[in-house]
Amino acid sequence: MDFKQIKVILKKDFTGFKKVKVAILADSSTQYLTQAIRGIGYNRKLDIEVWEAEYDAIDLVISGYQLYDFKPDFTIIFLSVQKLRTKFYKSDSSQDFAESILAYLKNISSIISSNIKTNFLIINFPDILDPVFGNYSGKVISSFSYQQKKINLNLMHWAQSDTSISLIDLCGLHAMHGNANTIDARLYISSDSVFSLDFTINMANNIVQVIDTYTGRSKKCLILDLDNTLWGGIIGDDGLENIRIGDLGIGKAFTEIQLWAKALKDRGIVLAVCSKNDEANAREPFDKHPDMLLRAEDITVFVANWSNKHDNIKYIQSVLNIGFDSMVFIDDSSFERNMVRTYLPEVNVPELPDDPAEYLAFLNGLNLFETNAYTKEDKERTQLYKAEVLRNEAIKEYTSEADFLKSLDMVCEVEPFTSFTIPRVAQLTQRSNQFNLLTKRYTEEDVKRMTEDYAKYHTFSFALADKYGSHGLVGIIILEKKDDKIMFIDTWIMSCRVLKRGLEQFVLNEIMQFAKHHKFEKVIGEYIETKKNGMVRDHYKNLGFTPHGKLWYCNTMNYESKKCHIKKSDKL
Amino acid sequence: MNTNEILSECNKIFIDQLDNPAIALKRETTAATVDEWDSLTHIQLVVAVEKHFKIRFTTAEIQGFINVGAMCDTIEAKLNSK
Repeated sequence: MDFKQIKVILKKDFTGFKKVKVAILADSSTQYLTQAIRGIGYNRKLDIEVWEAEYDAIDLVISGYQLYDFKPDFTIIFLSVQKLRTKFYKSDSSQDFAESILAYLKNISSIISSNIKTNFLIINFPDILDPVFGNYSGKVISSFSYQQKKINLNLMHWAQSDTSISLIDLCGLHAMHGNANTIDARLYISSDSVFSLDFTINMANNIVQVIDTYTGRSKKCLILDLDNTLWGGIIGDDGLENIRIGDLGIGKAFTEIQLWAKALKDRGIVLAVCSKNDEANAREPFDKHPDMLLRAEDITVFVANWSNKHDNIKYIQSVLNIGFDSMVFIDDSSFERNMVRTYLPEVNVPELPDDPAEYLAFLNGLNLFETNAYTKEDKERTQLYKAEVLRNEAIKEYTSEADFLKSLDMVCEVEPFTSFTIPRVAQLTQRSNQFNLLTKRYTEEDVKRMTEDYAKYHTFSFALADKYGSHGLVGIIILEKKDDKIMFIDTWIMSCRVLKRGLEQFVLNEIMQFAKHHKFEKVIGEYIETKKNGMVRDHYKNLGFTPHGKLWYCNTMNYESKKCHIKKSDKL
Repeated sequence: MNTNEILSECNKIFIDQLDNPAIALKRETTAATVDEWDSLTHIQLVVAVEKHFKIRFTTAEIQGFINVGAMCDTIEAKLNSK
């Protein structure tokens, strides 16, 4: 995409898109970045309103009122490396330069935070070869290069300890594109813009990818083709010994792809295989080939047959119970890619270069799996889904649902949110689209604030386990105290993994028991329809609430506990 | 390529970049007389012209373009010295 296309997009109709407000505070000119962010947002169905602070006047802006009136969801703080360098060579104590910059950034963010609630996107600093010490700079604490790298590292430490801070890795992006393609020194001299127009678009793309992770549209599953995608050659024709993987031929290219997929799996991306092959042939390398990095246990759903790929992907979707828009499909065949795009437009199907040697670099450039959290559940996700596949097989042995549920020996742990569960809770509010009654998105900061506001909120997390394993944290409730008599269900979210287990009934029993114990008369629920939460349209009706206008009431006095097959954990 | 040809190529670039088919550049044309040609789109136009003719202006040259004619002359000089 070039800037002309951005201009064309800016004239298009953004109505119906999700509204996001972004403020940019910078020490260089950001008009192009502003336009590019809004334009890139269009492609992700985001209506991003960008407020540009007066140029190079961050200190003024944070003591004024306009930023706070705007109430940005995201506040970008963008200090340019060029200005940083100028500041460095003017500073008296170059040894403490990194600390002073970090203190400056922390001060800005804390002043803003004391006025409004916003997520900070802090842009880090591209590496440069030290202009004074050259390669020797690493040995000199007072060199610019040393201090600049130290700032980047300190920024990471800050972001690790403060959930309202996210980083934009401009340093990484800059390295990928190279100095020659990113900097237009003439633009900097004449108009104080630090990057070329083309690179500004790349930077905007990166920023919007991070913003988009807060909208509940992150990717959860990578679906891989096999022949000429995970290994070179065709297993059915070439046979186990002749497929290219490891050191054979161009095998290294495929080894790299497998290594990437495996690392994604360890991060919490579920892997699936979708291949036109006889299943026995397709599975053979996973079990027997010594150079395969991916093994059968890494793949949660394995589909190899001669049906259409889009039908097979529909099957994978039904097993995993996740949205098509959270899936990425990788296949070397442009025919298959186009078929899937045609039939399942929501699935992300990246193009691939013709040469497998270029696959990985190309895919890395797309940054397909951006995320805004990394939790215990992420690390264990493959395990969780595998247990689910076992359950789905077990259910076939039982004629009645009740017998099956009884056989699961389900146990549920209930507790208020804790510092351990808050990241996962925030992640659920941001990512859950289907079993989500009001679709309120909260950041970790929000959740923390509500958790600690005992007078106004009461929180519950539900962690379910059964004989096949733990589901992890699968349900969250936030109750808001309206007055002495009324509790409002601000948030009711459950993971779709645990549908039809009777967890809804169990959760309601917990809510009502709590409300009754604390002498509330009514619990009130509400459903707000979105494109994706139709499955809970009748949620409150099914649980026996009575309708009052748009709200649903449930009286504590005459509430009778619902029957379910889940035991509350003894641990608490 | 002569001056008129360069002007006509530039006209195409302006129409394309500014998404306005009504643009008809003359040598005397300045930013003030073309809608949408402002300091922001100026850079966009300059970059597009550079890419098209495979040339590179200096900062001083960019700042010295008093009208389209001045830009075309600079382009012509750069093409001739290639």
